[in-house]
Amino acid sequence: MADGPGDPHDLPRFAFDPQPTEVSGSADPRPRKESWWQRFTAPRERVELSPEVEDEVKTTTCYMCACRCGVKVHLQEGRIRFIDGNRNHPVNRGVICGKGSAGIMQQYSPARLRSPLLRTGERGKGEFRAIGWDEALTIVTERLRRIRDTDPARLAFFTGRDQSQSLTGYWAAQFGTPNYAAHGGFCSVNMAAGGMYTLGGSFWEFGEPDWERARYLLLFGVAEDHDSNPIKIGLSRLKASGAKIVGINPVKTGYNAIADEWIGIRPGTDGLFALALVHELLKADRIDLDYLVRYTNAPWLVVRNPGGADDGLFARDGQGRVLAWDRDADTAVPAERADLSPLLVGEKRLPDGRFAVPVFQLMAARYLDPSYAPEAVAERCGIAAETIRRIAGEIAHVAFQQQVVIEQPWTDWAGRRHDRMIGRPVAMHAMRGISAHSNGFHTCRALHLLQLLLGSVDVPGGWRYKPPYPRPAPPGPFPAGWRGEPAAGKPLAGSPLGYPLGPEHLLVDAAGRPERLDKAFSWEYPLAVHGMLHMVITNAWAGDPYPIDTLFLYMSNMAWNSSMHTGAVMRMLTDRDPATGEYRIPFIVYSDAFDSETVSFADLVLPDTTYLERWDCISLLDRPIGSADGPADAIRRPVVAPDRDVRPFQDVLIELGVRLGLPAFANPDGSARYPGGYPDYIVNHQRQPGLGPLAGWRGRDGTEHGRGEPNPDQLERYMENDCFWMQELPPEQRFFKHANKDYLETAVRLGFIERAEPVVHQLWSEPLQRFRLAAQGFGERQPPDHLRPRIATYFDPLPLWYEPLEHEAFDQAAYPLSAITQRPMPMYHSWGSHNAWLRQIYAHNDIFMSRALGVELGLANGDWVWIASPHGRIKARLRLMEGVNRHTVWTWNAIGKRQGAWNLKADAPEAHQGFLLNHIINELLPDRGGARFSNSDPVTGQAAWYDLRVAIEPATADEAGETSPQAEPQGLPAGMAPSPSINSYGTWLRTRRRQRARERSKQP
Amino acid sequence: MHPAFSIIFFTTAAGAGYGLLLLLALLGPAGLLPDSRAFAVVSTGLALGLVAVGLLSSVIHLGHPERAWRAVSQWKSSWLAREGVAALVTFLPAAIFAVSWALLGRTGAVAGASGIATAIGAVVTVACTAMIYASLKPIHQWHNSWVLPNYLLLSAMTGAVLLNALLHLWRAGRPEFDALVLVLIALSGLAKEGYWTFIGTIPAASTPETATGLGRWGRVRFLESPHSEPNYLLKEMGFAIGRKHSVRLRLIARTLGFTLPLLATVLALGLPAAALPASLLAALAVALGIIIERWLFFAEARHTVTLYYGATTV
Amino acid sequence: MTSLPTASPAADGHQKKLGLVIDLDTCVGCHACAVACKEWNTGGHMAPLTDLEPYGRAPDGVWFNRIHTFEAGVESGSAVAGCGASRTTHFPKSCLHCETPDCVTVCPTGASYKRAEDGIVLVDEDLCIGCKLCSWACPYGAREFDTDTGTMKKCTLCIDRIYNKNLEEVDRVPACVMVCPVSARHFGDLGDPSSNVSRLVADRGGFDLMPEIGYKPVNKYLPPRPARAVPVAISTAPAVSPPANLNLLARWADRVLSR
Ligand SMILES: Nc1nc2c(c(=O)[nH]1)N[C@H]1C(S)=C(S)[C@@H](COP(=O)(O)OP(=O)(O)OC[C@H]3O[C@@H](n4cnc5c(=O)[nH]c(N)nc54)[C@H](O)[C@@H]3O)O[C@H]1N2
Ligand SMILES: Nc1nc2c(c(=O)[nH]1)N[C@H]1C(S)=C(S)[C@@H](COP(=O)(O)OP(=O)(O)OC[C@H]3O[C@@H](n4cnc5c(=O)[nH]c(N)nc54)[C@H](O)[C@@H]3O)O[C@H]1N2
Ligand code: SF4
Ligand code: SF4
Ligand code: SF4
Ligand code: SF4
Ligand code: SF4
Ligand SMILES: [Mo]
Repeated sequence: MADGPGDPHDLPRFAFDPQPTEVSGSADPRPRKESWWQRFTAPRERVELSPEVEDEVKTTTCYMCACRCGVKVHLQEGRIRFIDGNRNHPVNRGVICGKGSAGIMQQYSPARLRSPLLRTGERGKGEFRAIGWDEALTIVTERLRRIRDTDPARLAFFTGRDQSQSLTGYWAAQFGTPNYAAHGGFCSVNMAAGGMYTLGGSFWEFGEPDWERARYLLLFGVAEDHDSNPIKIGLSRLKASGAKIVGINPVKTGYNAIADEWIGIRPGTDGLFALALVHELLKADRIDLDYLVRYTNAPWLVVRNPGGADDGLFARDGQGRVLAWDRDADTAVPAERADLSPLLVGEKRLPDGRFAVPVFQLMAARYLDPSYAPEAVAERCGIAAETIRRIAGEIAHVAFQQQVVIEQPWTDWAGRRHDRMIGRPVAMHAMRGISAHSNGFHTCRALHLLQLLLGSVDVPGGWRYKPPYPRPAPPGPFPAGWRGEPAAGKPLAGSPLGYPLGPEHLLVDAAGRPERLDKAFSWEYPLAVHGMLHMVITNAWAGDPYPIDTLFLYMSNMAWNSSMHTGAVMRMLTDRDPATGEYRIPFIVYSDAFDSETVSFADLVLPDTTYLERWDCISLLDRPIGSADGPADAIRRPVVAPDRDVRPFQDVLIELGVRLGLPAFANPDGSARYPGGYPDYIVNHQRQPGLGPLAGWRGRDGTEHGRGEPNPDQLERYMENDCFWMQELPPEQRFFKHANKDYLETAVRLGFIERAEPVVHQLWSEPLQRFRLAAQGFGERQPPDHLRPRIATYFDPLPLWYEPLEHEAFDQAAYPLSAITQRPMPMYHSWGSHNAWLRQIYAHNDIFMSRALGVELGLANGDWVWIASPHGRIKARLRLMEGVNRHTVWTWNAIGKRQGAWNLKADAPEAHQGFLLNHIINELLPDRGGARFSNSDPVTGQAAWYDLRVAIEPATADEAGETSPQAEPQGLPAGMAPSPSINSYGTWLRTRRRQRARERSKQP
Repeated sequence: MHPAFSIIFFTTAAGAGYGLLLLLALLGPAGLLPDSRAFAVVSTGLALGLVAVGLLSSVIHLGHPERAWRAVSQWKSSWLAREGVAALVTFLPAAIFAVSWALLGRTGAVAGASGIATAIGAVVTVACTAMIYASLKPIHQWHNSWVLPNYLLLSAMTGAVLLNALLHLWRAGRPEFDALVLVLIALSGLAKEGYWTFIGTIPAASTPETATGLGRWGRVRFLESPHSEPNYLLKEMGFAIGRKHSVRLRLIARTLGFTLPLLATVLALGLPAAALPASLLAALAVALGIIIERWLFFAEARHTVTLYYGATTV
Repeated sequence: MTSLPTASPAADGHQKKLGLVIDLDTCVGCHACAVACKEWNTGGHMAPLTDLEPYGRAPDGVWFNRIHTFEAGVESGSAVAGCGASRTTHFPKSCLHCETPDCVTVCPTGASYKRAEDGIVLVDEDLCIGCKLCSWACPYGAREFDTDTGTMKKCTLCIDRIYNKNLEEVDRVPACVMVCPVSARHFGDLGDPSSNVSRLVADRGGFDLMPEIGYKPVNKYLPPRPARAVPVAISTAPAVSPPANLNLLARWADRVLSR
């Protein structure tokens, strides 16, 4: 092939080498005429080189995981021939992962629910009667109406892996219950909150490394991530460009296996490692002071008044503007002034007589402390001090000696023109290895601190925001839902989830008790900004803080892999009050598309469609899918028609809204506001005038984007554009978005932020200090006494590191190992196991341990072992490996299944050789002075899955062969046929091809 | 390699059949066998029967037995096709031989010539069978020069032991035959020992390091399988036999296949009164012993594909 | 035709050898290529790729491409060690379309054959008697027996994609190559020394699997690259005495900065 621009195989490739290869000739060179003898001895196959591949292609958005790639579904005779990636799509640019390709087997899975189900047997048994939709909706409506008319909080509506949170959250608010959240609280709220309160954006899906320009990537605790395909595409681009990739992870598989350097850290210690890097950079004065001064609150003055009510708050002037000390004027001036020449170190007396110091000084003084020196943390982190020092030196080199310059002028928030964009090409990304620990919020803040010191946030080569981020740090609104605040039968005043700025925004009653069932936004978990789904069942069962009537779940396998302490949760779901004989959780409604473990515990099951059978809306009001180069949103559209009595959940929710007369869904006369169901809502609903679920092609004629009147043809426009909308930002808006005038104005126009004001990164977080002051006795709203020390400790306005709570709570010697899970790339939580192809990759899981440790313990590959935690023990098969931290054991997540679930055969390996670590995780910490806190981050309520500590001991010979515990089998719901014993999908295509060939050959 | 019963049965039965046929075809027309129609019919029938049943069992083993006729088309390259051709071709002289010698009791030129042709055919067919295995480069335990002599000798030996039993049954035992049997058993035993020593001492060239090309980073260890449950490759080629098990089975194969028949034949030679039971015992022992030997031939064969599934050697 | 084809050079004189180059340096082991292969081919030339017990105890299906994982070397072991010496490598494996493979020559029926024009090794399922011998002859485990159809199946190099006029030109690549999110799979003509793939092999030291068997695989593997070296900008000598914070802070007290 001719030389293209540069070296073609070194170019970053998105999907594959564009090799219109020289593979054109296809003729068999042998002569055509043959005798029977030749045909016998030298047969020649007639290969059909150009079979038809489709009658029709429909583009849509994948939902085999939350990455939301664009896919093309190729159909023949209405059946799926294959699904591939859409090359035009900004998320995946043509690639598709294994799950995505296996969508065919999801669509034809025998585990699909077939009709609404009403429980007939005991909970958990899977005994149901198939009912019609009218009966199902009537049952729910009657129940919910009674709740709404009396005490709406008695409905707990939690929606798991929901991708329509802008609808479900809105519905909950309309219903009037504060008890709403999706899965974020047990997933990655530490990343979300840590980022939002610091940068107004976050790792998770709200930002991404500058894959094109980064020279150095630090990847903290990532196995797969929500950004599955973008990260993989990005890693290959870094590889191609010769950047260095460092994987910080106790386990060396997947992304970490291809990293240039693997740092096998001890779980839960990344914060300490990051702060040691901070220490080194500060010590060597390798920090970007200009960046700190321009874009962070480093120069802001903090009041120094130990023991006073204002200690640690920002110094403000009479108009409430934060002050900084201007060197030129030698006085405190509003920090927002563009011409500021700020002081960074030095204590100053304010005009009102108080003393104040810049944030920078407080920060630098803390981390220069020898307790953060590499030597001091090496042992705890399991990383040699030289390594820490070397990494600090390498990132300093790349940041300051290899800066990236884009010759692109831009204008900052103050209207000043800059000739070029200069960036420090050290990028970072972090996920659940950081967030799933009880110190994850602060660890995440420590990583952001590190980025800010290097000046690498939203700069070329650094980590970049994905619009609609950045938003103010933290963004609004505050959570709504004081109990009794709305009169029964009325909507909430706002959204049930939000970002508190201080104690005044907590959802607690006069006595300081939680208002929400999950205790989010209480004194126990003040910044639980995504709610705490992992506590819902436990609290509902205990009636703490109050009993509920109905638990309404959607798309969350709470009776299995998404609960901590699965066995206990299953017992709570089936537990009855001895006094009344009633279930303690009186009524459970669940919407799933498949026969999951949770289905068997529901009283009423509302069967959903598959993702290829319905409309969906991936909205900017929810989790964004855009890239750093511009915002995007997307839809899913029905590609095949359901062959069962199932309905899209969103339609059902809207229908319930109409039946209940919720003002957003029903007209005053009781008729439906969106008679066309969800697609009608997607197009015509407006959250604020001009702002709706989809940003693309708004306005009557479809010419407006971001804001605009509803466009009746909007869905058509989306479908014409492969089901997504993306607005590429012009080059001058692509970096420094937090302070880029043109970008900020665009963001206002598109409805992302209210005012075109810069987003100032918060090294010192004042909201945290407000909680701390409350704990110290200041302010009107006061925590209960037993919570004061906890709040005072963990609401540190600067990032800190502490031993994960569970590590501290138990004897470390008795449970010497950390036990963690990893996402397997080809499986999505529990959904993969009913997929005929994916389950062949992982039908069971083993527990992995370092070979060195195994040898020391006298254990061998394939041995059966007990994994004991303070909360129970499970039995599994052991595998030894090299690339794992010596103090850590791990397994693939969510492979183990309950026998009978997912329409798998009774002897499926998932049930007998697979296991869940969740059986020995606890959602509660041990009793401390009469209180049992959730096993969660004390700031955000994030479930601390990876704090688990275990001991491993060999199982006896007669215990070998099967995992333990074995849950009682669950039955196959009425109306579902047992799964087939052979799958030869594709035979029909062969038959069809042959038929066609025969027909063709008959034609003259 | 998975020891499929149909194949074990095929190679042992057909091997014995061809061995017997070889001896009958050479000795019969030469007038060295009892002049008994019954003997000729029974022995030739047994030989052809063993061959036919063996071939049948190998056909049944196929995914598409109805297409078995196609299996002769590629004699230019395929030992399996050559075996098929040889087997089919051998039937022609064998049929003439069977009719002329066994049915008509002739020992003249027709029987002699067809006998020689049959004998050649039998040897060629057994050699082709051996070469099917010996030509498979991925299997160190097969791809070596011990396999061909082993197959030929074992075929001749099993045939000879059978023939000897038949002779004694017809009270036509002869010390020369007993001696021939002894020689064949001894040679076969030596060949088998040589084979076992070879596979026990000469390592395969392929290792996890060559299979993956990753040896430059040190010892290569298998971490994860492509599929958590066994697939076709593992079921077909991943059969592994424990060291202890293999030692025990070799002992049984040695005892039943060689030692016992050897002793029995010595007994037959030395104690004519015991010749009949001894030669019958020898035949029985050989049958069992060689089936075990053949089972081991498969079970001890390790395919290079297992290097991709955790095997450290093949 | 079971005998190997005689050379059939293209117009410019080189013998076309279509195949894959797999980059072990970037493969993250995601199985995307394996599943995409399964998906395309279960409806493709060798359809179907049957699964036995798809929901049962021993799920076992026909796959043309499987992803293994190996570790090479030994971790240095000590607790305070950070990075060790071992290397984890994800290892995809499909038919290597060998130049002189016995999987073709052992076939008694002519079902297994190598195409003269591009070197693709295929099975004609209408001729295959299901004797499995070719799978024994393949050292790499690249042949898959479909128990249900009774025939041998294998990677077709997506012959029904790469020449398919019903696909856009850019899509005329094997399914596994098209989907690989880290671009660890490359497709092209390894017989042409100037092709992308040949140059990759030359530049990166592409190697053969089990060269000792002598089948001359066309597919090549690229070895993991040595780690990038980055200079270190600050002193990495351990501090002799703890830094005096105040002294260090003083450095910044007089720093003149502007917003
Ligand atoms: N040990 C351990 N446990 C963990 C984690 C861990 O790392 N380790 N991770 C935690 C995290 S971060 C998360 S997010 C959770 C995830 O756990 P879950 O949120 O429970 O995720 P899934 O298991 O995928 O289950 C979601 C449910 O949605 C159903 N579903 C699938 N498609 C549809 C559909 O189209 N419509 C409807 N209505 N339902 C559908 C599935 O059948 C399934 O029952 O697991 C948590 N649990
Ligand atoms: N294929 C697939 N993709 C998915 C999912 C799936 O189930 N399957 N789930 C989706 C969901 S809900 C989520 S939340 C995301 C999560 O995406 P990831 O964040 O990639 O999730 P995990 O697999 O939990 O990976 C956490 C990683 O952190 C490591 N780790 C654990 N403890 C520590 C620690 O203390 N320090 C460091 N540095 N590392 C640590 C683990 O070894 C693991 O590699 O993935 C999403 N994408
Ligand atoms: S990464 Fe997720 S959304 Fe993208 S193709 Fe795979 S399963 Fe589908
Ligand atoms: S990899 Fe195996 S099947 Fe493919 S050509 Fe080579 S020997 Fe034949
Ligand atoms: S299984 Fe089929 S393709 Fe393979 S050698 Fe036998 S006949 Fe040929
Ligand atoms: S080339 Fe085609 S058939 Fe071969 S492994 Fe790749 S996708 Fe599968
Ligand atoms: S798709 Fe690419 S990265 Fe994934 S397993 Fe295959 S070769 Fe490796
Ligand atoms: Mo998650």
